Amino acid sequence: METILVLAHTEPDGKLAKPAREALTAALAQNGDVTVGLVGAVVQPGADQIAGCGAARFLAVAGEAFAQPRYATDASAAEALCRAADAKLVIAAGTSRWARALAGVALRLGGRIDTHVTGLALQNGTPAATRWFYRQRMEATLTRTQRPWVILLDPGCWPEWNGPAGTANVDLLDMPEVATSTTVTGTRAPKAGEQTIRPDARLLFVAGAGWTKKQADGTVHGAEAESLILGFLGKAQASLGGSKSLVDQSGEGEAVLRFMTHLNQVGQTGSTPRHPKGLATCCHGEEPHVVGWRFVNQRRAINLDANCGWARGKADVVYVADAFEVMRHLNRLL
Amino acid sequence: MSTAFQIVVCGSFVPDPLQTLEPVAGPGGPSLKNEMMLPAVLDPWAGHALFEASNLALRTPGSRVWLVSLGAKAKLQQVMMTVAQKVPFELVALDGPASGFCDSFETAAHLAAAIEAIPALDQTKLLVFGGWESASRGAGSTLQMVGERLGIAEQFQGVDQVTVGADGSLEILERVEGGRHQISVCTAPPAVLGWATGHLPEPRNNPQVGMANMRTIMPALQRARPAPVANTGLCFGSVTLPRQQRETRVVKNMPAEEIAGEIAAWAKEE
Repeated sequence: METILVLAHTEPDGKLAKPAREALTAALAQNGDVTVGLVGAVVQPGADQIAGCGAARFLAVAGEAFAQPRYATDASAAEALCRAADAKLVIAAGTSRWARALAGVALRLGGRIDTHVTGLALQNGTPAATRWFYRQRMEATLTRTQRPWVILLDPGCWPEWNGPAGTANVDLLDMPEVATSTTVTGTRAPKAGEQTIRPDARLLFVAGAGWTKKQADGTVHGAEAESLILGFLGKAQASLGGSKSLVDQSGEGEAVLRFMTHLNQVGQTGSTPRHPKGLATCCHGEEPHVVGWRFVNQRRAINLDANCGWARGKADVVYVADAFEVMRHLNRLL
Repeated sequence: MSTAFQIVVCGSFVPDPLQTLEPVAGPGGPSLKNEMMLPAVLDPWAGHALFEASNLALRTPGSRVWLVSLGAKAKLQQVMMTVAQKVPFELVALDGPASGFCDSFETAAHLAAAIEAIPALDQTKLLVFGGWESASRGAGSTLQMVGERLGIAEQFQGVDQVTVGADGSLEILERVEGGRHQISVCTAPPAVLGWATGHLPEPRNNPQVGMANMRTIMPALQRARPAPVANTGLCFGSVTLPRQQRETRVVKNMPAEEIAGEIAAWAKEE
């Protein structure tokens, strides 16, 4: 039986986002007493949101200093919560905020950390974590003897906890002032002002470098490609991904698709998003790109080459066709 | 204000992405089949960190760049033949495993010790760079532990841009959820920056840079001290390849309008 701490940071409204509630689900499935540790400017709404989860205690570090995601303050808050809970197992969502801070916390506590965990099962009463190695090319299950063991869960792998809300009794920890020379000044949206990355979208739309190549008439149709892709994204509320070759063109000053940045890159050196469906267009489906599709369940591709990588067991359906033409019709239908 | 930085880039090699990888079990834990025979490249995100470090050093006269690399010495030498031609740096080599199955805790201990041993290192000028994740373990945890061991509490991950202000401060753009960047200002080094892709293309090979680098790289490789990683307390239950060969339906000669109709219906399905 392990002492388990679920670490969660609250959002600007004081509540818990979906990944935090997923981490709670994962923690409650383990064999141990669960304590919830919250960090944020305001924490009571988040604690109330999950008041009925059955946690033994609610601990929190709250205040303006902890409103902003920042290593020094987040690591100090998380360390204090871990020590107060005397946790042997620390479970948190793999958000950018916790991914930045918790490895350092594990070191401070003399523990270990595993990130991008996609499964957490009990083996002989001991937690065993599943995660991918070599950029989603092989999957391993591992256990550790060291404690505390900090586990960061990949969002989207557990159902979110959705039990009854209530009024939680939160113990606020006294924190000394944390010295830091970092100030978070804000966030910046993608350069074209378009929201093209939607982690919760049901469909991932991937554009390959073919969109920027000369078409049958011998010219490049960059403007039309932009219009077709953005039109589809808007109508289908899809998330946009890109192949490395396409996003590299933007970086090398050959931008044709102005909204495409390295943030959109899917694959071995990009992201591995989770969506129920994925549609690849003008992309060859080479292995380094397709490893980024590991968590896309249903896959379809449009390509002029019937022997492209997608046709070799990587997609469910490959349409051998001109993507420009198909997308024109598709946008009319949606 | 003129700011000179001492930039230490942590990074090692990974198997070439086009190689087929197969795990094998050994007495010391899992590894890759024929691991030493696989062609290797500098880890992509560590590469971005190195190129960004070089670019920053060029813009801030008096700056120096080191590459601290933990990997099998023979393999490290092969990879350096290519990397050395890209940008100027001084190598600090550690002879140990670069496997994805190595624990970040022990790896970080070796890297931090190697950084501390760099002569005349000035903490007030120190920037520790690296990839925010590797293409092998992909944990995104090593750099933070290196920073902690060096006593650096200003840390940034998923960095795409650093701008040095007139007062020597650093404006840093980090990737956060939803395709956005978080903007932070760090008043001064030391700091740890785990790089995502940044904004620089890969530099062209420059044989002159390569020759200059190799003068220090070969002695550094000869001096490389052993850095074993025992993976104490870590036990792998299984390591398997995914079995996801799909039965692909290849649709030829279907009019674009019909294809669009089929895709539209599929996209709307729950």
